[in-house]
Amino acid sequence: MSAPTGPAPAGPATGSRARTPAVTARALARRRRREALGRFVREYARNRAGLLGLASLLTIGALALTAPLFVDQAHLTVTGAPGDSYQPPSREYPLGTDNFGRSVLDLIVWGARVSLTVGLLATFVSVTLGTLVGVTAGHFGSSGGLGGRIVSTLLMRVTDWFLVLPTLVLAVALAAVLPRGTGTIVIAIGLTVWPPTARLVRAQTLAVEARPYVERARALGGGHTHVMGWHVLPNVMPVVLAQTTLLVATSIIAESTLAFLGMGDPTTISWGGILESARTAGAISAGIWWYMIPPGLAIAVVALSFTLCGRAVESVINPRLRGQS
Amino acid sequence: MTSLLDVRDLHVTYSGGGGDVPAVRGVHLSLDPGDTLGVAGESGSGKSTVALALLRLLPAGTRITGEILLEGEDVLRMRWGRLRAVRWAGASVVFQGAMHSLNPVQRIGEQIAEPLLVHALVKPDRVGARVADLLEQVGLPASRRRDYPHQLSGGQRQRVMIAMALACEPRLIIADEATTALDVMIQAQILALLERLVDESGIGMLMISHDLSVLAATCDRVAVMYAGRIVEQGPAGEVVHEPAHPYASALSAAFPRIGDPASRLAPRGLPGDPPDPAQAPSGCVFRPRCAVAETVCATVDPPLWPVRPDRDGRSARHAACVHVGPGGGPERTDSARDGSARSGPDPGGPGPGSAEEEEETSR
Repeated sequence: MSAPTGPAPAGPATGSRARTPAVTARALARRRRREALGRFVREYARNRAGLLGLASLLTIGALALTAPLFVDQAHLTVTGAPGDSYQPPSREYPLGTDNFGRSVLDLIVWGARVSLTVGLLATFVSVTLGTLVGVTAGHFGSSGGLGGRIVSTLLMRVTDWFLVLPTLVLAVALAAVLPRGTGTIVIAIGLTVWPPTARLVRAQTLAVEARPYVERARALGGGHTHVMGWHVLPNVMPVVLAQTTLLVATSIIAESTLAFLGMGDPTTISWGGILESARTAGAISAGIWWYMIPPGLAIAVVALSFTLCGRAVESVINPRLRGQS
Repeated sequence: MTSLLDVRDLHVTYSGGGGDVPAVRGVHLSLDPGDTLGVAGESGSGKSTVALALLRLLPAGTRITGEILLEGEDVLRMRWGRLRAVRWAGASVVFQGAMHSLNPVQRIGEQIAEPLLVHALVKPDRVGARVADLLEQVGLPASRRRDYPHQLSGGQRQRVMIAMALACEPRLIIADEATTALDVMIQAQILALLERLVDESGIGMLMISHDLSVLAATCDRVAVMYAGRIVEQGPAGEVVHEPAHPYASALSAAFPRIGDPASRLAPRGLPGDPPDPAQAPSGCVFRPRCAVAETVCATVDPPLWPVRPDRDGRSARHAACVHVGPGGGPERTDSARDGSARSGPDPGGPGPGSAEEEEETSR
């Protein structure tokens, strides 16, 4: 417990009587949180695949964050390239060099920054949007009277409309219309991949709404916000979480695709962008494998790691999955 | 003394796919603080519908008419905000099936705190202490609040539900089949707990069960429902042990009496099924299954008559049967007070005059 910062308790009798339970309750809450964290870590540590995914993500994340410390940004420009073009892997350049003489390893490490940022941000945008739409549509569809059903139907028709549009085409169109930049890519991906999440969340919401504890929540005076936030959302979270892990992978792949198609920000280096420059430089026909394979592998490894982590987290958070992993 | 709960001429009609279903047809109930009223009846008699109607928890599109006065305030005419405030703070519900009435992904302490937070009755830093208090009140150690519902047994979960019902210190608790899914030992414990809480805090309890023996053991008064109406109402012991209405006596006889071999050797059931509420028979709705039905029963729908009234025509007990009517037989129904005016096809049951009399005699 921290030392008191304010003046000493004024009224000794009444003051301490009023204060003691409050402090105990806060201390209790803190201890409970600490214990919950400990339980979470223990449960997570029991999942080997989850640990592997987490380790790989942490490594990649640390590399991406600390990249400026060991990658000279001047070496990443076309003019400042340190080596000759198309040098095969060697001690100096573990993954060889590209057509300009830049180290492919440096490019990959630097590219992780953009790919991870865009993947995570786009996932956040689409999961938030999808969950919001799904829970709202599900909740008001099952317990909102006539007005609620109209809102629900409207939301779902909009979702359907987005669902039938080919994702990639819509994203390309958005990326082409909006000003170029990383933010545009995030929005283009975020706005196109949310409909499946919305449908999934709505289905789960309907299932949860039918449970007696939702009726109980209404009986104890809970309003729409309370029911949605307290009862529906926590019960929908496992599904959202599973969807998130899949979406991070999807978003990173979508980002790579857009960059590969030349819709990305040409001033930044991303894995998709590296693949694109490898293609335009004719690396495939020239047999320059060290230019093509590493970015592709990086995308696959990150996508896999996110999926493994997500599964592990889901099994910990959902008490019903506990002990089944 | 204004009663805690006063239900007058309650009608509930579900509008289903195949037309309207009148589930409750003219129910009068009244309950004083510190009193327990049991509502008995078989499945489909409308007892749970009454319970849900008290807090307007029925599905949208259900028609409810009549008056539900909770401490003098009509629940049916409340605005949405006021209704939400009354839910739980004025009257709370212990639901049937505690197994499913708890959210599986939240700790029970958080769920008990839920009504406190929704109604903002307790300061956030006092909630923990209050939850511990409530758990001790229902006989669970405060440390169990960190458990999830799946870590508790059925009886413990029902205790949690009771703690939750008590959280906002309501004036009325509606126990809807609160002990139905529990084994007999746990059932006895839960009933004792409920009884103790009612005694200690002077709240009123409306207890709904199909189990007449449970009601006889717990309640001061019992109302027996059949096909959406109350057919007999009175002190628990009298209704259970010497019922006046043939349906109540059939229900009572369905339970063998411990220590009475005769009741075991001669079990009596009740043939037939409860009527489809959408197509109730004419006259007395119980007539098709009644062993003592008379011809007059086909045309007369008897109101609640006082059973063995005193000189002023009053009694603590009422039954809706022509055999109970003034003079004890059907032949004098028409000569009695405005009996003939109220009988007949009108399913509204007793008029307001009779309800007032009910109120006066209930204590």
